[in-house]
Amino acid sequence: MQRESSRLIDLGFRFSAIILALLFTTLVLLVAGAPPIEAFRHIILGSVGSVGKISDVLVAWVPLLLATAGLLVTFSAGLWNIGIEGQITLGAIFTTGALRALQASSLPPAASIAVAVLAGAVGGALWALLAGALKTYGGVNEIFGGLGLDFVATALTLWLIFGPWKRPGVGSMSGTEPFDVTLWLPLFPGLRLSPWALVIGLGGIVVVYLLLQGTYFGLKLKAVGRNHRAAFLSGIPTSRYMMLSFLICGSLAGLAGAVQVTAVYHRLIPSISSGYGWLGLLVSMLVNFQVVPAAFVAFFFAALNIGSIQLPIVLKLDSTLSGVLQGSLVLFVLAMEGARRRLVRLREG
Amino acid sequence: MDLAAIIIGLAGVMATAAPVIFATVGETLSERSGVINLSVNGTIILSAMTSFAVAVSTESLFLGFVAGMIVGALVALIVAFTSLTLHQSQVAVGFVLTLTTASLAYFLGNPIMGLSGPRVRSLPLPLLSEIPILGPLFFQHTPLVYLSYLLIAGAWFWIFKTRPGLMLQGVGERPAAAFARGGNVRRLRYFYTILGGALVGLAGPTYSLGVKAGWKGTISGLDGIGWIALALTIFGGWDPLRAALGAYLFALLQWLGLVLQPSLPGIPSQVLQVAPFPLMILTLLLVTIGNADWVSRTLAGLPEDARRLVTRGLRSLYVSPPAGLGTPFEKE
Amino acid sequence: MDVELKNIQKWFGPVHANDGISLKVEAGTIQGILGENGAGKSTLMKVLSGFIDADSGEIVLGGKSARIGSPADAIRHGVGMLHQDPLDFPPMQVIDDFLIGADGSILPGRSSARREFIELAERFGFSIDPNNYVSSLTVGERQQLEILRLLWLGVNVLILDEPTTGISAPQRVKLFGTLHLLAEQGKAILFVSHKLEEVEGLCSRVAVLRRGKLVGEAKAPYRTSELVEMMFGKEVSLADRAPAGEGEPVIELRGLAVEDFKLSVRGVDFQLKAGETLGLAGMEGSGQRLLLQACAGLIRPVAGQVIVGAHDLTGRHYHNFMQRGVSYMPASRLEEGLISGLTLAEHFILGQNIRRTFVDWRAGLDLANQRIAEFSIRGTPTTRVEALSGGNQQRAMLALLKTPLKLLLMEHPTRGLDIESAIWIWGKLKERCQLGTAIIFISSDLDELLHYSDRILVFFGGMVSRPLDASATTVEQLGELIGGVGLN
Repeated sequence: MQRESSRLIDLGFRFSAIILALLFTTLVLLVAGAPPIEAFRHIILGSVGSVGKISDVLVAWVPLLLATAGLLVTFSAGLWNIGIEGQITLGAIFTTGALRALQASSLPPAASIAVAVLAGAVGGALWALLAGALKTYGGVNEIFGGLGLDFVATALTLWLIFGPWKRPGVGSMSGTEPFDVTLWLPLFPGLRLSPWALVIGLGGIVVVYLLLQGTYFGLKLKAVGRNHRAAFLSGIPTSRYMMLSFLICGSLAGLAGAVQVTAVYHRLIPSISSGYGWLGLLVSMLVNFQVVPAAFVAFFFAALNIGSIQLPIVLKLDSTLSGVLQGSLVLFVLAMEGARRRLVRLREG
Repeated sequence: MDLAAIIIGLAGVMATAAPVIFATVGETLSERSGVINLSVNGTIILSAMTSFAVAVSTESLFLGFVAGMIVGALVALIVAFTSLTLHQSQVAVGFVLTLTTASLAYFLGNPIMGLSGPRVRSLPLPLLSEIPILGPLFFQHTPLVYLSYLLIAGAWFWIFKTRPGLMLQGVGERPAAAFARGGNVRRLRYFYTILGGALVGLAGPTYSLGVKAGWKGTISGLDGIGWIALALTIFGGWDPLRAALGAYLFALLQWLGLVLQPSLPGIPSQVLQVAPFPLMILTLLLVTIGNADWVSRTLAGLPEDARRLVTRGLRSLYVSPPAGLGTPFEKE
Repeated sequence: MDVELKNIQKWFGPVHANDGISLKVEAGTIQGILGENGAGKSTLMKVLSGFIDADSGEIVLGGKSARIGSPADAIRHGVGMLHQDPLDFPPMQVIDDFLIGADGSILPGRSSARREFIELAERFGFSIDPNNYVSSLTVGERQQLEILRLLWLGVNVLILDEPTTGISAPQRVKLFGTLHLLAEQGKAILFVSHKLEEVEGLCSRVAVLRRGKLVGEAKAPYRTSELVEMMFGKEVSLADRAPAGEGEPVIELRGLAVEDFKLSVRGVDFQLKAGETLGLAGMEGSGQRLLLQACAGLIRPVAGQVIVGAHDLTGRHYHNFMQRGVSYMPASRLEEGLISGLTLAEHFILGQNIRRTFVDWRAGLDLANQRIAEFSIRGTPTTRVEALSGGNQQRAMLALLKTPLKLLLMEHPTRGLDIESAIWIWGKLKERCQLGTAIIFISSDLDELLHYSDRILVFFGGMVSRPLDASATTVEQLGELIGGVGLN
């Protein structure tokens, strides 16, 4: 039947995109003079080869999951929230600030950590609202507004690390003074992974799933994103919904930053956002903005990142190979999608 | 600071602005035809690495530059093809490419990090370089800087003073009308996007074989320049001359950051280095704010003279993009 | 140069826009092309001027068969078209706009072009400053610029598409004078319009199109009624009409004036009662849409008041109007009415406006099934709206309307639909009227206007007629008013 064959064609195109991405990456490896099969093998081993490695993947998964979850909300509203990196950073800054303020107080450590994590969400939300305001009231496209704020966030981080929050002595790129162990999110014994971080990450994606799939807000947001004018004509306050989507995304991004500080680095470092914002954008595009596949692809991308850490050690290759694979995947999926649609049109017309 | 030091500093500004000018003028040409190439940031990084690699292995500066331009043109070709022929979103493709090309650059460039390679030497122009003050400022540079001067003038002249330039304006402004006048919209868009990409690809080697010689991976300091070029394209109102002014302003801010360092001990040097980036992007606020709803309502409340003055000020800042930017065009 | 179109056929999907049209225009004449919206006039002219390729048929210029594949081709053959909205470049200077597309050396040679421009302009009595910006010109001046440009490029056949919409009276006089001059010079002029008086006064011959076919030709002097009959046909099925409601006033317009950059509608005074239907007639772009949008609060009137029920809502936001029971149904179903990518069920759920947090999908599905059955929509709750046919999209939009509704504003409720769907939709609409909803709708279908309206307002170039009693108006009378006859 017509639909059967078109679904097969869909899958065919998508599959060929994956093949092409793998071929491209293989080509790149060959150009670099590296053995492709070895490289892939090391990536796989380096990510799922042991319990320790898998837990490292999960450590990377959490912030990526949170960033992606947030982005799915803004994408639903039709927005390109390039400012996500800055929002993660501000979350980390607020969290660090809160911990610094509370570490000397009499508050029990668990409470301090909880307050600090919430502060992170607030920080990210505020930064996102700024980008939203620039767009709604300043007419600045959210891509450039977001970028500008990303840069400001970077500058802010550097100022704090080398200025008011610098380590005793001389400020250095290694960041602020690490927090005492009591102010760390508790970890699984022997691993770098925190169960609390997992809870936050999974909680984030579940909340977003429920929000987008199950609530009126999510449905209205989808309407705004798909057809701003028609949504407006049907009575939805479109500007308010766009700002709300920024708020939600910023909070989740802020949580990602909070997790980075309380569970991973235990201090503020210059690139605390670690590119999870950019990666989240790629994940979202790859899964065509669907929540459930996003969680899996985020895991896959996190695994690629962690696995690639092996490459400099065993093969003297740079770990950015993961970026090449991730980027080319999205690129070929986009290209194949365009080719498929063109084929469909040619057949019809 | 004495005059000589200032002149040297400002000359440095002219030199560091050159690559930004290449990228910005290239993007201006592309956007004038209606295509946004968001991959500029990554393309500069990739072309810098590639041209350095080629120059080191072939020991030819010329081939290095050619390689860089080819890289830029190829990436732009991908943007053009996926958006003009496959009808995918220009923003999406450009964005993915900006990340992927950067990753490619860091990965493939790993082995050549820290190597020393050929470097473009300065070429003081006879007679002109001996003029007091102006000489050292403008005419004691590498040929690349002279090229940047020529490019600004050339692009400006091309767009505004030639027949094909008029058609370019038309294609970007109103593709349907340009088509009515005999312009092949799709072909012109491909052409200018690829040309723009080649110019962006020229910026990379200008860094790695010139101003910031060598390849240092992620600390090359190139990350972010492409975004600035995109912002400057808007800030410049899609006019190469005005965009170049923005580029010089940006380079000036970078130099000021260095200069003011000792007198601002409270602010870490890294911050001053980063500061010009957000400042340039936020200048966009100035050029778009005149359009906002609340502004016109607030202005309506002002007395006549004040309103006229403010409106004129905002109007002169305001830029509007070529109306056909980012929109597809298909003949029925 | 003589122009001959032979058996031109053009389909847009299932729509047969040009059905075997053959027409001959002699050099030195001004040929009128009459027809209502959708008759196929624009399509035919676009074929002749190279914008569209005909599916079959032949173009013969000066006795020789010509292949016109693009507007540039057409210019080369000497055929040029002046569009209703001139295809020019607003942010550019007149002289640059004049030059774009002209062949020549790499340097445009502005100074000599400027001289030639001024000479040409003087010859026709146009006064346009070449250094001005196109955006600062009036519509009439932009037309003059385009005519000068086409003449400069050496056209022998000039097509004008609805040229007198939005130009002043003195500019029109000048335009007609120019056209006479050009005809005397031996050029062939094709004048496409719906304005009967103008066409009758200007053209030596008239061809009338209706529903894609050439239904008739006439030579001056003309009988207006004959032209109207050819344009609109005579099929009026004035069957049973639903009695007009005599309820409370739903909306009142006092001295209302609305405008946009092209058109200005002034001094509308009107009151509509519950259950009444008001039809807005006139060619597209005559002001009906402006008025309709003002009644919804989508645009702000520049003068006058809009009173809904007992509340003065002048200047208030559209969402306020919605709260008072006003609903606006746009004509472009997928661009403004429905949301592509969302299913029918999702639309119905959105339409409910429930104050809860979580969506009850089960109930939503039931609701969707209910509405689909009620409105005979050929689709399932999980069908995406863009996959529905036009008629079913319209039914869906109807099904999404809130109940009860005080005032329903519709742009072209049955455009592009077959007869059965149209009748069915009006059945549903009239049911609402029985319940007290007042309706204001725009339509280009005279039958629809006469049959379903209680009263009709006719729009012509921003002027509004007095309210007509639909039951006492004939098709001919309505057609004449739409063509501007007798509207002063």
